[in-house]
Amino acid sequence: MQASDGQIWAIILVLGVGTYLIRWSFLGVLGDRDLPGWVMRMLRYTPVAVLPALVAPLVVWPAATGGAADPPRMAAAAATVAVGVLTRNVMLAILAGGITLAGLLYLG
Amino acid sequence: MSPAPEPRPPSGPPAADEAGRRALARSPAQAFRHGIVQSLPFLVVIVPFALLFGLVATEAGLDLAQVMGFSVLVLAGASQFTAVQLLSDNAPAIIVILSGLAVNLRMAMYSASLMPWLRGASGRQKAWVAYALIDQSYALSIQHYERHPRLALSQRLAYFAGTAVVLCLPWMAATWAGATVGQAIPDGIALDFAMPITFLAMIAPMLRTAAHLAACFVAILGALLLAGLPSGLGLLIAAPVGMATGALVEAWTERRGMRDAGV
Repeated sequence: MQASDGQIWAIILVLGVGTYLIRWSFLGVLGDRDLPGWVMRMLRYTPVAVLPALVAPLVVWPAATGGAADPPRMAAAAATVAVGVLTRNVMLAILAGGITLAGLLYLG
Repeated sequence: MSPAPEPRPPSGPPAADEAGRRALARSPAQAFRHGIVQSLPFLVVIVPFALLFGLVATEAGLDLAQVMGFSVLVLAGASQFTAVQLLSDNAPAIIVILSGLAVNLRMAMYSASLMPWLRGASGRQKAWVAYALIDQSYALSIQHYERHPRLALSQRLAYFAGTAVVLCLPWMAATWAGATVGQAIPDGIALDFAMPITFLAMIAPMLRTAAHLAACFVAILGALLLAGLPSGLGLLIAAPVGMATGALVEAWTERRGMRDAGV
């Protein structure tokens, strides 16, 4: 990591203040007004768009293997998603992914 | 304005069942304790995730104060991991910040959807709610508010405070534990992949409709196609395109539904 201590603290502070303002935004500023429908529509899809886009490259080209596609990690991701979709249970999905990954890495 | 599926208080009928009567009868102190009790199961996810953050951030080269700075000042797991990941990749500071904020944009939606329920709260109360507004405190509270639409503002705020205490303080404590004693966790158990698994596990149950699936699929496709761009930039393009896709599919499904219903 090349960032200096000062840079890291600057990142923490800006990220902290920015995140706080995002959380406070509608509660604090808009008060009693309603939001335009298209804004609510797009905001509804924030988690299901941002987090998968964040994770997808890590699944396909994991840093731990130097970016080479890794079948155990892909299988673990697939197991997590499958169990999550089927059971709608976060803990079961994490368990399924963890066990798949540990098992395949152990066998490999 | 198009019809919003979010119920507007107090539009729902009063919960006529026993649980509903109990919820309405609670004093703020009892509502606070109720929030605490209902949050306890989430510790099973929060504590290991925070331990892992402490460990990963320490191994990336952050000192204990910086690690705690993240967990106390930012207090948002996904963006904390994103920032540390990008810092390890030597991404420019502006990309680290923008990516971290992009991950937290979903919280604007939480803020917006809590707004109608917390009307009338003082500025100071809203300021505290904003500080503790994480995925789990939001999810628990909005469920509680929608199930019991006749709750008084003081009961709503007290319930939220109960969830916040159980979720946020252990997040900080477990981060500290991970940063200080986390080195005892053995190497070679592929901890690099705990974060992807946790996020996928959080997202998968949310893929309820065609619109959610479309948003997710397009965002993933975009992220993979744009992976060659400087760290974090692909996410800032892929995610909004995915969100717009979800919104378009939702609007399209709604129109088709109305047409089929002969409206």
